[in-house]
Amino acid sequence: MIETAARGTTVTASPTTSSGRALRTEEMVLNMGPQHPSTHGVLRLELVVDGEIIVDVIPHIGYLHRCFEKHAEHMTNYQQVIPYCDRMDYVASMSMDFGYALAVEKLLGIRVPERVEYIRIIMAEFQRIASHLIALGTYGLDVGAFTPFLFCFRDRERILDLFEMTCGARLLYNYMWVGGLSHDLPPGFVEKAQDFCQYFKPKIKELNDLLSYNEIFIKRTANVGVLPADVAINFGCSGPMLRGSGVNWDLRRNEPYAVYDRFDFEVQVGRGEVGTVGDCWDRYIVRVREMEQSLRIIEQAIAQLPEGDVHSAIPKRIRPPVGEVYFRTETPRGELGYYIVSDGSTTPYRVKARSPAFCNLSVIAEISRGAMIADMVAIAGSIDIVLGEVDR
Amino acid sequence: MGLLDRQFQSSNVIITSLDNLLNWARLSSLYQMQFGLACCAIEMMATGASHYDFDRFGVMPRATPRQSDVMIVAGTVTLKMASRIKRLYDQMSEPRYVISMGSCSNCGGPYWEHGYHVLKGVDRVIPVDVYVPGCPPRPEALMEGVIKLQEKIRHESLAKKVA
Amino acid sequence: MTPQEIHDGLKARFGDAILDFKADAVTEPWIRIAPDRMKEVGLFLRDTPELQFDYLMCLSGIDNNDGTLGTVYHLYSLVKKHRLVLKATVTKDNPQTQSVESVWKAANWHERESFDLLGIIYTDHPDLRRILCPYDWEGHPLRKDYKLPEFYNGMKVPY
Repeated sequence: MIETAARGTTVTASPTTSSGRALRTEEMVLNMGPQHPSTHGVLRLELVVDGEIIVDVIPHIGYLHRCFEKHAEHMTNYQQVIPYCDRMDYVASMSMDFGYALAVEKLLGIRVPERVEYIRIIMAEFQRIASHLIALGTYGLDVGAFTPFLFCFRDRERILDLFEMTCGARLLYNYMWVGGLSHDLPPGFVEKAQDFCQYFKPKIKELNDLLSYNEIFIKRTANVGVLPADVAINFGCSGPMLRGSGVNWDLRRNEPYAVYDRFDFEVQVGRGEVGTVGDCWDRYIVRVREMEQSLRIIEQAIAQLPEGDVHSAIPKRIRPPVGEVYFRTETPRGELGYYIVSDGSTTPYRVKARSPAFCNLSVIAEISRGAMIADMVAIAGSIDIVLGEVDR
Repeated sequence: MGLLDRQFQSSNVIITSLDNLLNWARLSSLYQMQFGLACCAIEMMATGASHYDFDRFGVMPRATPRQSDVMIVAGTVTLKMASRIKRLYDQMSEPRYVISMGSCSNCGGPYWEHGYHVLKGVDRVIPVDVYVPGCPPRPEALMEGVIKLQEKIRHESLAKKVA
Repeated sequence: MTPQEIHDGLKARFGDAILDFKADAVTEPWIRIAPDRMKEVGLFLRDTPELQFDYLMCLSGIDNNDGTLGTVYHLYSLVKKHRLVLKATVTKDNPQTQSVESVWKAANWHERESFDLLGIIYTDHPDLRRILCPYDWEGHPLRKDYKLPEFYNGMKVPY
């Protein structure tokens, strides 16, 4: 007679065969290789499984290590590093530029015009919506729902139209420069942005009806990959990973940068509505609700947009004093930090980018023990990694 | 068709229509292997989504190399990844084509100068049929790349190429 | 608490492990710690109720271009809302620093990256191996005297 086993224990049977020996089980090593449709890029996960239950996960990264820090040390000036910052987190490039520009401006001690601050925030919040749309669309694709992917990409195209109107690029913008912006808003941008806000509000409701409260989706993601709050803090998690575990921490509210303190928005926190606090569904719904809050910020920013010249504060030559700065901003994935060391010349001495996905991914082994192989896909998707940022 | 491919010494009338038929069949349903590495992968996904729609060319994403005809190498190829790309290319069955999308896989891209870990062009490990320039290429540029590949396939022949 | 008060508290507790304090640095003051005492300083910073530095924001390695390598720690307290910068400097001949992985688990991957790119060896780290470069890569790329290799596994590396 074979006893049924609880999750995570090995199965042994009392002797039924004539030889009288008990059954042995062995662990198997499966490779979710660098090329896999569900790993969101080139990530290799070595799964040590006992049957269908995962015993350990060993992530191997570095398949997209593009030497950002080495390039930053060799560029002739600080502005030339910005296209490389874009390419780190290619899904949210505006946010990467934003963080770097603010860090260098803090090191230089310069202030930018008000119009630049407002436009930067408008662009960063549009980028947040676009990035979350990719995250949610591909997450639905991972767990088997194809239609939300197409709907999310359709809505994202409208945001990319806005970006293309402004700076000519769809994905990697090189828009936020140290001290200002590369282009001012073109005529017609404000009307088109307001049209988009009106268009997008019912689309979030459509996404919720289609995916968020869908019974199959809830069964796949609720109570899976639970991340307790103290583990999240110790591992350095940030962004929706941390907020999904119930910690009310958002850099835009707690350590406001640019002019975020002038806007009224709510920080979304996971409350365990359909499962436990800190499961995959919580992280997902935090992202959906953050999109609504971003729309609020954009509407307020457009209403308060002042006049000004976006190029007036761009320095002709960037030569910061000897020193260092660590500045952090809130990207769609979490806390992005730039540690810039200057030796007094026009070239950076050391630029270290502390990317949110790097720290968020390191917690994957803790939260997947005891899950099944199919849950692994749901967990990896809920962390929302972008390998360009993990590997830099 | 493996038994018939490149077996004939010279073109003759009998195989011309067969050529056309085979080439038309091959170019109309190029199954691509989902192989997004970096930023160009997002543009490839956008091309496959409903606004630009790859499916009207017959291009559908398949997860495994064994069932795909074309591998679109979208993104930067690093030295760590290069041996895996070679292995994936070997796992594809013939006829197989490679489209190199983006300047990183064409020639190393913006990382050509100080990238110690970047392979300067995927054609250092696998043969490439079509290069699509851009950083990242627009979806329209990628579609033009696929159309050029279709042109290339249209002119293929079962006959062996003599000298 | 201000960095000056934190420094005074640390000096009172650890004495000779606190090597230096630059209060007028651009843009933040920093404290230099002896590299072989990092773990106990870290535990004290994390567990003392007035300090409660529970969040390691960033751990970076740096090549100082004068024969020494350094590790820079940026700490933050979500509860008390204060931050701190620590530095630990070692020589290239003996680049050993005590690991703080048991204090903040975030340091696990950050220290592996610092070892990979700069060659700083973290003692007591449970699994110190390369993380970004391939496992058979030679050299530490982010050092200022690094030379690009000609070939790697048969592939030409330079342009």
